Amino acid sequence: MSRPGRDDSPERLYTLTGGRSSAGSDALDLVTLMVADRAPAPGMQSEHAAILRMCERPTAVVEIAAELRLPVSIVRVLLSDLLDAGHVSARHPRPADPTHRLPAPDLLEQVLVGLRNL
Amino acid sequence: MASATSDRPAFDQPSARPALHATSDNGVKIVIVGGFGVGKTTMVRSVSEIRPLNTEETMTLAGESVDDTTEVSAKTSTTVAFDFGRISLDQHNVLYLFGAPGQERFWFLWDRLFSGTLGAVVLVDIRRIADSWYAIDRLEAHGTPFIVACNDFGGTAYSYEQVREALDLDPAVPLVSCDARSRGSSKNVLISLVQHVQSLYATQESAS
Repeated sequence: MSRPGRDDSPERLYTLTGGRSSAGSDALDLVTLMVADRAPAPGMQSEHAAILRMCERPTAVVEIAAELRLPVSIVRVLLSDLLDAGHVSARHPRPADPTHRLPAPDLLEQVLVGLRNL
Repeated sequence: MASATSDRPAFDQPSARPALHATSDNGVKIVIVGGFGVGKTTMVRSVSEIRPLNTEETMTLAGESVDDTTEVSAKTSTTVAFDFGRISLDQHNVLYLFGAPGQERFWFLWDRLFSGTLGAVVLVDIRRIADSWYAIDRLEAHGTPFIVACNDFGGTAYSYEQVREALDLDPAVPLVSCDARSRGSSKNVLISLVQHVQSLYATQESAS
């Protein structure tokens, strides 16, 4: 099996995604955490199977892209396939406080405590 | 001689990347912006629990003002590579640190790539202060909270006041010095940023 990589021709990337762009998967942030809801099955597209293995524990979109060595936009398409099929779930980042356009105070406090404990 | 890419694990090999808590459900972003060679990746590495990873984003620019190239078709594609690291803060929150080049030509991409970020650290090399001007302008325009951290390579002959003046920095924006190679020092920079965002929040609260 050849490994997907950044040397890939555009044709191969096209094949991976069936030629679709990531237009419908913009909701997946770089740090949205993906979790597998099932094990990989024989006959699955190898990238889909690799994502399911990787996401046995929560894994961010950007980490999946780095490990698969694929552009984030391609990984978003692969992830929307898996989401549509119910094979993975997405844990989205908490949105900013709408009135302040800043992270909520309780989240800031949690981040601060986490950093101080490093 | 190992190349920059040969030591990255392939996805089908066992990964050295430690797994997150099964309960992790909130990714938080902080961006570290700076000129070439200022120490962005060094800072990410010094606090990250994983060796910094690299990936790329392809952005399609449709219907955006891309200079004055009217003869170019409506869609243009650009690829940008960036580094990132990770810190598990607790059972729920995971902080991702992104190293972003501060060059002007990348900024339309970062605006989109890093929307929703908690804040930014502008890492400054005191010997090349002008490299940071554009990043600071852009963060101010975008309304992204940020602090400035001078990566002190030693022998600094400038005072904080001189650096502030050279950067034309808003008095409310914290300026700290750091050693990006030091975990403790980099951690303190991140703490300063979060405290700055807290104070912005408090200021807004009292004004409303």
